[in-house]
Amino acid sequence: MFKLGTVNTSRRTLLAKLLSSLDLSLGISLARALPLVGGGLSLFGAESTLAQGMYSGTLRSLSDLVDPLISGAPLSKSRVQIEMPLLADNGNLVNLAIKSDLPMTQDDYVEKIYLLSQRNPVVQIALFHLGPWSGDANLNTRVRLAGSQFIVALAQTSKGKFYYDKFDVIVTESACVDGS
Amino acid sequence: MRGWVLDMSIARLQVLGDLRVGSVVRIRLLIQHSMDTGYLQNVLGQNIPRNVIKTITCHADQLEIFRVDPSSGIAANPYFEFSWRVAPVRSIRTVWVDDIGVEGELLTPINLLINVPTKS
Repeated sequence: MFKLGTVNTSRRTLLAKLLSSLDLSLGISLARALPLVGGGLSLFGAESTLAQGMYSGTLRSLSDLVDPLISGAPLSKSRVQIEMPLLADNGNLVNLAIKSDLPMTQDDYVEKIYLLSQRNPVVQIALFHLGPWSGDANLNTRVRLAGSQFIVALAQTSKGKFYYDKFDVIVTESACVDGS
Repeated sequence: MRGWVLDMSIARLQVLGDLRVGSVVRIRLLIQHSMDTGYLQNVLGQNIPRNVIKTITCHADQLEIFRVDPSSGIAANPYFEFSWRVAPVRSIRTVWVDDIGVEGELLTPINLLINVPTKS
């Protein structure tokens, strides 16, 4: 019926394309699509809420996030730093940089970097595997955030030590819900 | 469906900095993938099933230089920037696989700077 041109096409332009490509012979589809334009939940509300059955009940604490990973090893809030915007307008795409001055030599290097989220339905945003061949432990990526929360970057060195940083971010429009 | 699979193969890997053996360069990796979380609906109100990239691995010749296990917490069209201490290799091979098992591969040739004087 219609083609998704690129992955990046926004929902709004998709709707415009869909509506313009429909003629009157597709009246039923039009009737199903129209309520989505004006807020979305009116016609088949129960179905919609079920479809977004996302778990985001309680906020996790820092120990909820890191304890299963470190299993009692020493942990210090130093030498790793998260850089990201204080206020993210749209949770669907937030730039995030992890900086670290930890050594990356043959016998002492950062093995893993966990990126953990307090509120997202999936706790572990990503797990990075590094090694002495990396040169340094600086990473950039783009994450999704389901609401205001703190983000934790936890670095595990080859000697079994853990370093972390915590960053509070305010998200005005959450990912995981249909915003348009 | 076929067009979507073709989209999977679109990826780009950029190396920033001088490719001299022993120096540290930055590598940017961008893969075109919708990273569907499983929580959103399409325009007809149907659930879009979860489909995210599970693993991305970069090999310089045989040596693994970077691996990441993303989840649905990584934004659509995943982007990663990381460092690499340049080793004498010929290419960087990037492979990834997503939840429905579609695999992608990107081969980037590495042209080392040899006997080129450094900029002063």
